[in-house]
Amino acid sequence: MSTQRQSVKDIVTAPAAGQAALLQALLAVQDASPENYVSEEAVNEIAHLLGISRSRVYSTASFYSVISLKPRGRHIVRVCINAPCENAGKQAVLAALEQELGVGLGCTTPDGRFTLEGVSCLGACYMSPAIKIDNQLYGDLTAEAAVAIIRRCREEENIGHTA
Amino acid sequence: MTETITFSLNGQQVAVPAGLSILDAAALHGVRIPSLCHHPDQRVKANCRVCVVEVEGQKNLAASCATPVTAGMKVRTNSPRIRETVQTILELIFANHPQECLTCIRNGNCELRRLAADYGIREVKGEMATDALPLDTSTPSLVRDPNKCIKCGRCAEVCHHVQETGILYSHYRSVDVQVAPEYGKSLSDVACVLCGQCAAVCPVGAIHEKDDTALVWEALDDPAKHVVVQVAPAVRVSIAEEFGQAPGTIATGRLVSALRKLGFDRVFDTDFTADLTIMEEGHELLHRLQSGGALPLITSCSPGWVKYIEHSYPELLPHVSTCKSPQQMFGALAKTYYAGKAGIDPADIFVVSIMPCTAKKFESQRPEMNASGHQDVDAVLTTRELGRILKQAGVDFAALDDSVFDDPLGISTGAAAIFGVTGGVMEAALRTVYEVVTGQELESVEFTAVRGLQGIKEATVDLAGTPVKVAVAHGLGNARRIMDLVRAGLADYTFIEIMACPGGCIGGGGQPYGTTDTVRRQRIEATYRVDAGLALRKSHQNPAVAKLYAEFLRQPLSEISHHLLHTKYRNRSLYKLKG
Repeated sequence: MSTQRQSVKDIVTAPAAGQAALLQALLAVQDASPENYVSEEAVNEIAHLLGISRSRVYSTASFYSVISLKPRGRHIVRVCINAPCENAGKQAVLAALEQELGVGLGCTTPDGRFTLEGVSCLGACYMSPAIKIDNQLYGDLTAEAAVAIIRRCREEENIGHTA
Repeated sequence: MTETITFSLNGQQVAVPAGLSILDAAALHGVRIPSLCHHPDQRVKANCRVCVVEVEGQKNLAASCATPVTAGMKVRTNSPRIRETVQTILELIFANHPQECLTCIRNGNCELRRLAADYGIREVKGEMATDALPLDTSTPSLVRDPNKCIKCGRCAEVCHHVQETGILYSHYRSVDVQVAPEYGKSLSDVACVLCGQCAAVCPVGAIHEKDDTALVWEALDDPAKHVVVQVAPAVRVSIAEEFGQAPGTIATGRLVSALRKLGFDRVFDTDFTADLTIMEEGHELLHRLQSGGALPLITSCSPGWVKYIEHSYPELLPHVSTCKSPQQMFGALAKTYYAGKAGIDPADIFVVSIMPCTAKKFESQRPEMNASGHQDVDAVLTTRELGRILKQAGVDFAALDDSVFDDPLGISTGAAAIFGVTGGVMEAALRTVYEVVTGQELESVEFTAVRGLQGIKEATVDLAGTPVKVAVAHGLGNARRIMDLVRAGLADYTFIEIMACPGGCIGGGGQPYGTTDTVRRQRIEATYRVDAGLALRKSHQNPAVAKLYAEFLRQPLSEISHHLLHTKYRNRSLYKLKG
């Protein structure tokens, strides 16, 4: 038992742990960013703090689509573009979202509120077509339902601002 | 004692030491398995898949570089399935590789092209899908052509795990992968030291020295120019490799003949100013010891190292010797001392260096390197470029007779010859400092404790009753470990030698392709043979250097020495963190 505890301690305190912490650090820094991204300055600081090269931090950040190296809106609207959602009516949902937000996939609304992204799978095939706004999943959508969700988001944010 | 195991290699039972990869085990028995990402000095990457073999009992082909051989294993390296697979893999790589082989700088020594020849690739099936990314020509030393990159990862490995400079790494995903600095930055915008170790291990033409041969031809073809050439110590033990001779061939005499055939007006030797460096740096060390100057003193011959400390440890710059490198001292003297003696206007003198090094190109273009009123060194060619220019001139290197360097900047000692290997500058300095301090003749000139390929070497030398502790590091990863100690105040060294490249200059980024630790050892061994074969082996015994002081410089660290032979460094720290 104590041997195992020792080895766990060795692992988590070894210099290599800094590299293992990289992905968590990138995600946490992105979450803390009002613009939902990891800035170049943050890449440099993570590298410095974890004792690894900037190039390695950038490598990991640029590999994962969940991490953005460019500023995004305050809310990320992720639309599943994979086969099950496609078959269940994703096209109508996406078209409605694009019209309501006034931007296409990969773009941010001029007010900096929403970024619309396509993702490969949300793990919600049982409720396709599905989208995810920040950490909240929405499924079995229609075009009208998707538009209603966006409008509700706006209202909630407006209330939050005035409160 | 390593255990021996037997396994079946293409139906034959063979014995090998346990713990080898299939690729290395097969090589011991005359089977060369093709590979691209594999490099004998590097960790396993297993991403090119060209080295696949059949292992009985395994459904899929195994990457032989990454699969350890085990007792009783049955391996087949040559079968219709393997040939077909390797051919397909090569065709896929070619489909993403510009078909510019005739005009590529690696024409003649490209590892991918060699495999194409070996496997008889006559057409690239499927569609060509090459990139049209911009070239990085931002530095005086290296050119990066991302379109030719096969993403093998050798450069990233040497940049991150040997040099630990952390510049090149794999970015993005899938078909978009690029091996580059972060954010697509150019090499001049990051803390790249231009050591060229990436170029030395690149199997193709994706990163290579900036070719300056045209500049040298232009000078040689200009009758108004008096073109003098200097050759670094490490080139004489490697240039023969460019003409197919074995690593470790000493070719000093033939090299001088070859340079004369090219039409240089004078063929001089960087070894002369290596001896001069020892006089200046040795006295700088003594001066710092006596006057309480910054210690440890750290050598400044290696321009990759100097750029590294300027980027990474600028607060330690007062420790770096103010001596210019031998290359730059040579240029400054060629355009003053030599110009005066020969009665030539220094404006008409064109100084060419032949260096094992890509960072020397950068060093020669530092704006402060012009104490004579003219740029010290006008053009720098790497060993590889010299090989090309000699071939263009039709010089049959193997058939040349020996000849000797010109006077006066061509006279040198064994102490200068060993500048080309890790530990060499230290050993040369100790040979002179010992005799200057003690006034006694050194009984044995060979300081074996600072020799060899161990990453960090230490020795303690008794200087007239005072023990002086010295350290030697080669490869910037090792340099970093020593610098961390110095910064933390934990290093009790008096003098430190650092060379940016593993093995020292003989392993420089501009040396002939195929450098491995085995080749480094052969070049090192040859270098020590050059030293042992010379009558004079201590820099202070160099009669031409003594004459230079008598006629021109007066004494080490004189005012004119300081003006011409010493320099200043700058803080190149790129990234300032808030707080």
